[in-house]
Amino acid sequence: MTTTVPAKESKSIHPHKFVMWVAIGAMVMMFAGLTSAYIVKKNQSTWLQFDLPIEFYYSTAVIVLSSITMFLSTRAIKQGKLSQYKTLIAVTAILGVTFLLMQYLGFKDLQSKNIAMVGARSNSAASFLFVITFLHMLHVLGGVIALIVSWVRAKGKTLTENSSLPVEILGTYWHFVDVLWIYLFLFYNWIG
Amino acid sequence: MSNEAVLHAHSGAHDGHEDHSHEHHHQSFISTYVFSQDHKMIAKQFLITGMVWAVLGGFMSVLFRMQLGYPDANFPWLETILGKWAKGGHITPEAYYALVTTHGTVLVFFVLTAGLSGTFANFLIPLQIGARDMASPFMNMLSYWFFFAASIVMLSSIFVETGPFSGGWTAYPPLSALGDASPGSKSGMDLWIVSMALFVVSSLLGGLNYIATILNMRTKGMSMTRLPLTIWALFFTAVLGVLSFPVLFSGFILLIFDRNFGTSFYLSDIFINGVGAMPNEGGSAILYQHLFWFLGHPEVYIILLPAMGMVSEILSINSRKPIFGYMAMIGSLFAIAILAFLVWAHHMFVTGLNPLLGSVFVLLTLLIAVPSAIKVFNWLTTLWKGNIRFTPGMLFAIGFVSLFISGGLTGIWLGNSALDIHLHDTYFVVAHFHIVMGVASMFGMFAGIYHWFPKMYGKYLNNTLAYIHFWVTMAGAYMIFWPMHYQGLAGMPRRYYDFSIWESFKQFQGLNQFITIVALIVFAVQILFLFNFFYSIFKGKKVTTQNPWEANTLEWTAPINPGHGNWPGEIPEVYRWAYDYGKDGVDFIPQTTPVGADESVEH
Repeated sequence: MTTTVPAKESKSIHPHKFVMWVAIGAMVMMFAGLTSAYIVKKNQSTWLQFDLPIEFYYSTAVIVLSSITMFLSTRAIKQGKLSQYKTLIAVTAILGVTFLLMQYLGFKDLQSKNIAMVGARSNSAASFLFVITFLHMLHVLGGVIALIVSWVRAKGKTLTENSSLPVEILGTYWHFVDVLWIYLFLFYNWIG
Repeated sequence: MSNEAVLHAHSGAHDGHEDHSHEHHHQSFISTYVFSQDHKMIAKQFLITGMVWAVLGGFMSVLFRMQLGYPDANFPWLETILGKWAKGGHITPEAYYALVTTHGTVLVFFVLTAGLSGTFANFLIPLQIGARDMASPFMNMLSYWFFFAASIVMLSSIFVETGPFSGGWTAYPPLSALGDASPGSKSGMDLWIVSMALFVVSSLLGGLNYIATILNMRTKGMSMTRLPLTIWALFFTAVLGVLSFPVLFSGFILLIFDRNFGTSFYLSDIFINGVGAMPNEGGSAILYQHLFWFLGHPEVYIILLPAMGMVSEILSINSRKPIFGYMAMIGSLFAIAILAFLVWAHHMFVTGLNPLLGSVFVLLTLLIAVPSAIKVFNWLTTLWKGNIRFTPGMLFAIGFVSLFISGGLTGIWLGNSALDIHLHDTYFVVAHFHIVMGVASMFGMFAGIYHWFPKMYGKYLNNTLAYIHFWVTMAGAYMIFWPMHYQGLAGMPRRYYDFSIWESFKQFQGLNQFITIVALIVFAVQILFLFNFFYSIFKGKKVTTQNPWEANTLEWTAPINPGHGNWPGEIPEVYRWAYDYGKDGVDFIPQTTPVGADESVEH
């Protein structure tokens, strides 16, 4: 060390945003644990084969759409278009709720086909599908609540320099649960 | 800038160079001592909660050592404190298993994870990297209160009628998955799993914060390679926790479904005496073991790495020499963190694991010896020809190195899948992990407490009591666990209630008694330490200099009793690494001293 080298300014990302990325890493590990358990169990002879309920296909479309509206709402708030932002965030929340509803209907569908997901008659194949999907739904629910909170907080708000930050973090999270569902959907259909 | 933004997240305008003296933060008793967002207060909360658990968990080991040492004797005082769990002064088998289980859970998670890394990550990260607080002080506060809630739930499980969970700290199904399997599998297990779920949340909230803080909030000039090794160790600890606790959590979720919703992830073909055949089919308990040990092994390093970091720092300061091989220390921490994820199946050699797969895990496990040996070598060469100051913190740090060597060597035995057939689930394993992980990390924790107590409370601990504490604990630790190696080699299994009825293990009765007596003495000395700790907080000798150990790191540039925000005025800037001891004949050069024109180049 001959001279005083100032450390390079690593301030390009806000710490709170960074926390979200690390948290996503943690969530990835949880679902990786579950899906790898799924793969291990899949090789058993008692594994039940069945098709995914059709509702899951619709819900996939819905959550992809919600990611687009989320992206647009983040862009709106960055551009200072507050009313557009409010509309878009509300639409995203509604799409989120629709997604949850679709998943619920999907479970109903499986039940009506006499595939038990819990209880004494259940097969691990259906149980896994239920537990993993249910956990993902909880993550979406958390996102929906955060969306509603942001929508309420946007009322009568004046734009300051930093007010897009929470929305950006929420956007990252929302895109993550979207990608996570697409992964799970592909996994159920082709990998698992 | 981000530092200021974090402290004043809710206070609108922030000016990057505002003066942060504490009159800024007029706070009530509640927000100062209870729901505090100051990392230093949260650290103390973690520490003292951890101490309470250490006393409880340690006392549990005293109780079951009484059973092992004196299987035929009756102690009426046991009935006084344990009631029906020790009818006639004799611990019942159920109580014995419950004590062993709770002792393990509490010591591993509540004391050595929350109490150790919770305390020192919180206390040291902002102070040593030059930050005002954590990336998210609020999440940090939540982290403690989730831990507190986990503690309350775990504590309450001790008092339920059917007793706390008693199937071992690993909570393998079916004992953990079927309420009818044993008394401890009933509500005790429900509380256990709720408590552990809360604990996982606490660890994650903490870990996220530690990582974000270390990577984003270092002061000007504090490049990653100028960080003290404590911070590097705490960083890898947090990474391990953030990546492995979620996997444990997924294992717990499946367990909850098996327990409460009749699924069969872990259960198959089970017949319970008095209940009948269970309907569960197709599950496998081995799956749980995989998910558990994918956390369980990194957990060992979550416990050990903070101790390693603190020991590196304390050894260097008190040898008045730079740490030997700074980059090698970081590299070996990194290697350990990677390998930690690749060795979990060595806990499962005798589960019917494919021997070929087993041999891969043997190789990966034995590879850990390489970074471990690098670290030991560097600690010893740091001590070599040092101008050693035998402070209590230094003694515990040297004790750590000793224990890490002794316990690490038996790890090479256990890492062999062939030897493991004989040694698995014997006292050899108990001796190994207690020395290398349990006692060694406790030593790291003690070293940390003795070293940073002046910074925490602005007081000194009493040295005489500290030396008594050290020598008795050091000698006691070896006297307790060394003989267990012989017992384990002779095949004596762990977790057994009474060895006196076994022809092959009767011979160890005297040895068991000896271990019990030493355990009692060592436990008593820990009480002495607690007395020293709490007495010194109030009545200890006051710290009068900012830098009592003549150390280089940033925490010693803060006021003796720093307020929330740590430094009045601006955060100091850093110009050098943390280990310029004895450079160019100067005893120590703090990190805040600019590099002089005629200073030599090498570290």
